[in-house]
Amino acid sequence: MIVPMPIIIVVTFAAVMGVAAVSTMVERRLLGFFQDRPGPNRVGPFGMFQVVADAVKMLFKQDWVPPFADKPVFLLAPIVGFMAVLLEFGVIPITPHWSIAGDLNVGLLFVFAMMGLAVYSVVLAGWSSNNKFALLGGMRAAAQMISYEVFMGLSLLGVVMTAGSFSLHDIVLAQSRCWFVIPQFLGCIVFLIAGIAETHRLPFDLPEGENELGAGFHTEYSGMKFGMFFLAEYAGVAMISALITTLYLGGWGGPILPPFLWFAIKVVFLICFFILLRAALPRPRYDQLMSFGWKILLPVSLINIVLTGAILLWQAGA
Amino acid sequence: MIGIIRTLWLTFLHLFHKNDTVPYPETKPYLSPRYRGRIILSRDPNGEERCVACNLCAAACPVDCISLQKGEKDGRWYPEFFQINFSRCIFCGFCEEACPTYAIQLTPDFEMSEYVRQNLVYEKQDLLISGTGKYPDYSFYNVSGLAIPGKDKGEAEREAAPIDIHALLP
Amino acid sequence: MATIHIDGEPHETRDGENLLQAVLEAGVDLPYFCWHPELGSVGACRQCAVKQFNGPDDKRGRIVMACMTPATEGAIISVSDPEAKEFRGEVVEWLMTNHPHDCPVCEEGGECHLQDMTVMTGHRARRYRFEKRTHRNQDLGPFVKHEMNRCISCYRCVRFYRDYAGGQDLAAFASHNNMYFGRAESGTLESPFAGNLIEVCPTGVFTDKQFSKTYSRKWDMRGAPSVCAHCSVGCNTIVNERAGTVRRTINRYNDEVNRYFLCDRGRYGHGYANADTRIRVVGQLIDGVHHQVPSQAAISHFATFAEDGPVIGIGSARASLETNYALRSLVGAAQFSTGLAEPAHGLTLLAADILRTTPAHTPSLHDVEQCDAVFMLGEDALSTAPRLGLSMRQATRHASFLNADRNRIPRWMDASVRMMGQDFISPLMIATPAATGLDDCAVLTQHAAPDDLARLGFAVAHLIDEAAPAVPGLTEAESTVAGRIAEALLAADKPLVVSGTQLGSAALMQAAASIAAALMVRGKPAALSLVLPDANSMGVALMGGLSLDAVCDMARDGKVGTLIVAEADLTRQLAPERVEALLGQVRHFVLIDHSESPLIERAELVLPAAPITHSGGTMVNMEGRAQRFLPVAFPEGPVEVSWRWLRDFAESIGQDDRMAWQTLDDVVAAIARELTVFARIGEAAPSEQYMLESGHIRSQTARVSGRTAIRSHISVRDQPVPPMPDSPLSPTMEGTYSTSMPGALVPYYHAPGWNSEQSLNRFQQEIGGPMRGGYPGVRLVDAAEAVWSSAHYSTDLPETFAPRDGSILLLPESRIFGSEELSALAPAIAERAEPAVVRMAGDGPSEVTLTLDGIRHRLPVLRDDSLPPGLAFYPAHMTLRAFAAPVWVSLETAEALA
Repeated sequence: MIVPMPIIIVVTFAAVMGVAAVSTMVERRLLGFFQDRPGPNRVGPFGMFQVVADAVKMLFKQDWVPPFADKPVFLLAPIVGFMAVLLEFGVIPITPHWSIAGDLNVGLLFVFAMMGLAVYSVVLAGWSSNNKFALLGGMRAAAQMISYEVFMGLSLLGVVMTAGSFSLHDIVLAQSRCWFVIPQFLGCIVFLIAGIAETHRLPFDLPEGENELGAGFHTEYSGMKFGMFFLAEYAGVAMISALITTLYLGGWGGPILPPFLWFAIKVVFLICFFILLRAALPRPRYDQLMSFGWKILLPVSLINIVLTGAILLWQAGA
Repeated sequence: MIGIIRTLWLTFLHLFHKNDTVPYPETKPYLSPRYRGRIILSRDPNGEERCVACNLCAAACPVDCISLQKGEKDGRWYPEFFQINFSRCIFCGFCEEACPTYAIQLTPDFEMSEYVRQNLVYEKQDLLISGTGKYPDYSFYNVSGLAIPGKDKGEAEREAAPIDIHALLP
Repeated sequence: MATIHIDGEPHETRDGENLLQAVLEAGVDLPYFCWHPELGSVGACRQCAVKQFNGPDDKRGRIVMACMTPATEGAIISVSDPEAKEFRGEVVEWLMTNHPHDCPVCEEGGECHLQDMTVMTGHRARRYRFEKRTHRNQDLGPFVKHEMNRCISCYRCVRFYRDYAGGQDLAAFASHNNMYFGRAESGTLESPFAGNLIEVCPTGVFTDKQFSKTYSRKWDMRGAPSVCAHCSVGCNTIVNERAGTVRRTINRYNDEVNRYFLCDRGRYGHGYANADTRIRVVGQLIDGVHHQVPSQAAISHFATFAEDGPVIGIGSARASLETNYALRSLVGAAQFSTGLAEPAHGLTLLAADILRTTPAHTPSLHDVEQCDAVFMLGEDALSTAPRLGLSMRQATRHASFLNADRNRIPRWMDASVRMMGQDFISPLMIATPAATGLDDCAVLTQHAAPDDLARLGFAVAHLIDEAAPAVPGLTEAESTVAGRIAEALLAADKPLVVSGTQLGSAALMQAAASIAAALMVRGKPAALSLVLPDANSMGVALMGGLSLDAVCDMARDGKVGTLIVAEADLTRQLAPERVEALLGQVRHFVLIDHSESPLIERAELVLPAAPITHSGGTMVNMEGRAQRFLPVAFPEGPVEVSWRWLRDFAESIGQDDRMAWQTLDDVVAAIARELTVFARIGEAAPSEQYMLESGHIRSQTARVSGRTAIRSHISVRDQPVPPMPDSPLSPTMEGTYSTSMPGALVPYYHAPGWNSEQSLNRFQQEIGGPMRGGYPGVRLVDAAEAVWSSAHYSTDLPETFAPRDGSILLLPESRIFGSEELSALAPAIAERAEPAVVRMAGDGPSEVTLTLDGIRHRLPVLRDDSLPPGLAFYPAHMTLRAFAAPVWVSLETAEALA
C-alpha cells in the first residue's frame, strides 16, 4: 500500500504532536496511580480532556517576553528545539511503507544531527533569558547533552556494525530474526540511559531542576513558547521510544498484529517505562550525573563496541 | 543497580494499590478531632469566655497573625479584641499548645476560602463559639488564685480558706 | 580589689562586696530574691546559696548564702556545685508551694523575677499536693494593684517602702506561712514612691494598676529611653508603647540621677499623652469657630500673619530645648520669651546664675545620697522634686554607714547596719513654712514665713563665714536654730543646702547660695541644689529670654503683631485679666501645643505638637544636666514636634536658610554652634546615626507579637513600619541589642535568662555603677571657675515678716499630685490628687472666700497647726490656675459674708 508522501508527512507530524500532547496527560495520570492518587480526573470522562484544557490555557496565557531578554534569540530557542525533534521523526520507519524518509542511508546520522541541534535550543533559551537560573540551566543542559550524545553514539555503533547500515529501515530489517536488544543488551541500556539524559527527563532533568534553579533554562518562558518546550520534551520522549523500538526492539516487526500496531505498542510501552522511571527514581546530583556518564557509560559502550567488533570479526572469520 | 530495579518494581506495583486520596468535595475526608484547621475561642463550662488575654498565643505565633488586647471585668481578664489574620495563619497549632486555659483551639474545618482577603481577618465574635470545644470540664479560674464573681479567694481547687491576718494564733 | 574563684575561674571583685554581687558582676547566673542592689542584703530568702571552700584542699565545703558572705581575697566558691544547686532547687520549690496558678492573668508575667529564678534553678513541676494558703487583697489606691496570693515573703516591699522611702502604711503582718504584706486596712498607699513596689517586688504581688487597664506584655511593647517631664530632677525613664498608645513608664537606670527608683508622679504622669485633652488636628479660627485645616494651609496662613507686624515667641519650660531654640531662631532672641512671668522668670534665671557662679558643687541625686548633712531651706523638695526628697532621706543614713564601718560591718549588710545605726542619723534640717513629708527623719524643723526663713538662712551663712552679711533683729530662738544648723553643717564632711523656687522668694535662694558659699570658704566641699519649677526650666534659663511681663508690656505698646506660644499655658503664669489683655492686644495668636489649655479657644491657629513620648529632644535638669529623650510612638496624623512647625513657619516667611533642619541632630548641632553654654549638648546621647555592632538598636523585643494582625482590622495588607523620626533606634524588632549599649539609648532591659528589670545587673559596669555603654547625660555647667569673694554675698536681706490684719499671706503649696501641669492631665494622677484646700493654723472657719485677681473664690479650709500665724497654704495651679507665688489676700469667712 503506497500512501502519498504529503499525507504521510502531515499524518506523521500530527500523530507525533498528538502523542506528545496525550503523553502529558498520560504521565500525570500514571504518576498519580504510582503515587496512590487518581491524578487529573476532572475534565471530561477520566480526565481525558485535561489535555485540551491545558492546551487552551497555554494558548491563552500572556505570551510575555521579559524586557531584559535577548528577544530574537529568546523567540528562536523554543522553535529550534521543537523543529529538531519533529525532524528526527522524519527518518523513523513506522511501518515498512510508512516513513517520510525511512530509507535514508544516513538516517541514524541525521537523527544525531538533529539531536545536536536540540542542544542549541536549550542553551540559547538559557542564555537569552538573561537570568542566572536560566543560564545555569542552559550550561548544565549543554554539558549534559553533549556528554551523553557521545555515549549515545558509541552505544549505537554496535547496532550499526551488526546491521551494517545507517539506514533505520535496514536496521529494522536486520532484526527480523533476533531483536538487537539481545545481542546489544549493553548498548541498549546505555542508549536508554543516554536517551533519558538527552531529553533531560527525570531523573536526569538537572537543566530544569526546579528546587535549585527555579525552572532552569525555561524559567522566563510562558505561554505557547513554554508550551513548545513542553511539547518538545514529550515529543523527545516519544522520539527516544521510537528510536529504541527501531534500533533494539525490532521496529514494526512482530507476529499476527499489523506492523503499525506493533510499532505503537512498543513505543507506548517505552513511554510508560519512562514515566515509571520518573515516578521511581530520585534525581542525581549534577557531578554524579557527569561522572556516571564519563566513568561508567563511556567504558561500557566502548567495551560493547570492542566485544561486538570481536564477535563480528570472529563470525566473519569463521 | 538491584536497588534501582527494586524501586522501579515497587513503584510499578503501586499501579494496583487503592487510592489514598478521595475526590473532595464529593467525598469529605475524615478529619480527626485534633486536626489543625480553623481556630476558635471556646468558653468554660459556665459559658464564660475562656480566653484570659494572656498573650501567649500571640507570642507563640510564628507568623505573628494574632493580636489582642487585655481587658478586665470584676477580676476576670478577657480580650477586648481578639483578631486573627487567617490570610497569614499557617495552622501550626502553636497557639493551641501555648494556651494555658484551653481557650484557643484548632478545629477540623478548613473550608474558609474567601474572594476578598480582608474577610480572612476574624474578630472575636467570629472566633468565639458557645461550647467548650475539646476540653469539656476545664475552667482556668478554678485552678488559679484570682477571685472572680462566683469564686472567692480560697475556693479554687486545692486552696485553703483565706488567712485572717488579724488572728493572734500562730 | 580581691580575687575570688568561682567554679575554678578566678574573678576580680571590688572591695567590700558580697559574694552575690561578685558572682553577678562576674556574669554568672545566681538566683536571688531578697537582695536588691539599692536595699542591700538581709538573707531572708535563702535562694542565693553557693558552696564555699576553705581552701584548695577542702573538698567538702559548706553552703553559705552568697548575699550574706563578704567576698574575701582568695575565696573559693562554687555556684554549680550539685549540693548547692539542689539546695537552691528545694528553696525555690517551697517558695513556689503556695504560689498560685496565675501567670496568664498576672501583669508581672513575662517580666517576672520569680519566673526567671524558677527557671534558673530548674524547678519545673510542682510536687506539693496539699492546699495552698490564700490571702484577701487590699485596694491600695489608683497606682498599685495587690494580689497577695503570689507573695514569696522576700520582704523587699516593706524594706523599700518603710526603710528606704520612709513610708509608714505598709507593713508585714502575721507570721510563718501566713505572712501578709499590706496596709492595716484597705486604702491608698500614702508614700509618693509606692509605684516602685511594682519594680521592687520580684513577683506579681504589687503590679501597676494603671498599666493593667491597657495591659500589654513586656515583649510586645516598643520601648524608648525618655526623661521624666514632670519635675526638674530629670529622672531617666523608659516609656513603653503598643499600637500607638503609651502604656507605661518604668525606671531607666542612670547611675548619677535616679538610679533604681522613680516617684509616682513620674511613673504615672505619662497619661496626658493618651488623654482626650491631646490636640490632634490643625485648627484654624474661622468666624469664631475652629475648623480643621490641612497643615500646609495653616503654615501659609502664618506667612500672612507674619507680614502684619513683629512676631513674638513665647517658649516654655516644659518644652524641649530644641523647640525653644527653634522659636528663638524664628522670632529672634530679642523677641523670645521664656514663657515665665515674674517672679518665676527672675527666680529661674537667678537659679541658672547661681549655678554658674556658686563655688559650691551642684550635686547629682547620687551625690545627694552621699551627703552627710542636709539643710533644706524654704523648699518642700519632697513635693516639688520628689525623687530629690528620697535621695535626701538616704543622706540621713550616712552616719549609720560610718558607724557600720567603724564596727567593720559591710554596708550592704542591711539589717545589721540599720539596727546598729538607729541612733546614728545624719542631720537633715528643714526650714519651711509648714510640715513636710521629710520631717520624720529630720533632726530640726523650723516653720516660718518665707522672709523669716531667708533671714534664718542668711544668719546661718553669717555664722559660718563672718564675711557674710549679718542679719539684724533676729530673735533669740532664731539665733539658736541658726547656730545649730551652722554647727551641723560645719561638722559635716559633705554638707548640702537645698532650696528652690517654690515660695517665689529670691532671698531664699540667695540665702541658700550664701550658706553654700560660706561653707566653701570654710573649706567644706559644700553642695547646693536648687529646685526649679519645670523639667526644662534650667534649659530655658540658660537660653534666656524676656519675661511674660515684658511681653505684656510690648503688647500694650502695640509692638506685637503675631504671638506664637509654643507648649506654654499662659493661664498658669498670668492672671486671667492679664491673659485677656495680652491676647486682646496682639493681632494674631498662634498656639503650638500637645494638650489643650484654656488658651486654645483664643488661638487663631492651633497646631498639634508631639508630646515628649512622641518626639525626640533634650531637656536640662536642675543640676544643668542635658539629657535626651527619644520618641516611642509615631506622631499621629498632622502632629509634629514643635520645632518642625516652627521650621516650616521659617520656611514660609523665607527664613529657611537659617533653619533648614531636617533632623533632630541638625537642631542640636545648631544649638551647640550658636549658644556656647549648650556647646556640649551633643554629648547627651549618641546621634541619630549611631549604630551598635553595625546596626541600629531595636526598640522592640525579638519576641514582639501580632505584626501581621495588629492593624489587620484596618487593612489586611502589611504596611512597612516607617522610620522613627529623630531617633537612632530602629522602630521594629530589626536591629541590634546588647548589654553594652549606651545608657541614653536603652529601649528595654533584657538579658538571656533575665526577663525582668533585674537584668539591669548585666548592663552595669559594676552593680550600682555606671552603665557599660556610658552616656549618663552631660553636665553643661561645671563648677564655677570664678574666684569667690565675700563681695559676692547677697546683701539683699528681707525684713522680718509682719502679719497683716485682715489679710493673710497665701503661699503656693506644691502637691506631688496635681500641681504639675502635664501630670495633672493624666487620669491616674488626677484620681490620686486630693481636693484643693486652704491650709491654715488655728481654729478657723471651715470655708473661706478669698479674692484673687478680682475673682472671688470659695474654698474649703483644713487646719494645719504647723503653719505660723498670718500664713496660709493653697495648692499652686489647681483651682486658682495662675496662683504660683505668695500673695497677700483678704480672707472672708463664709459666715461673715452671710
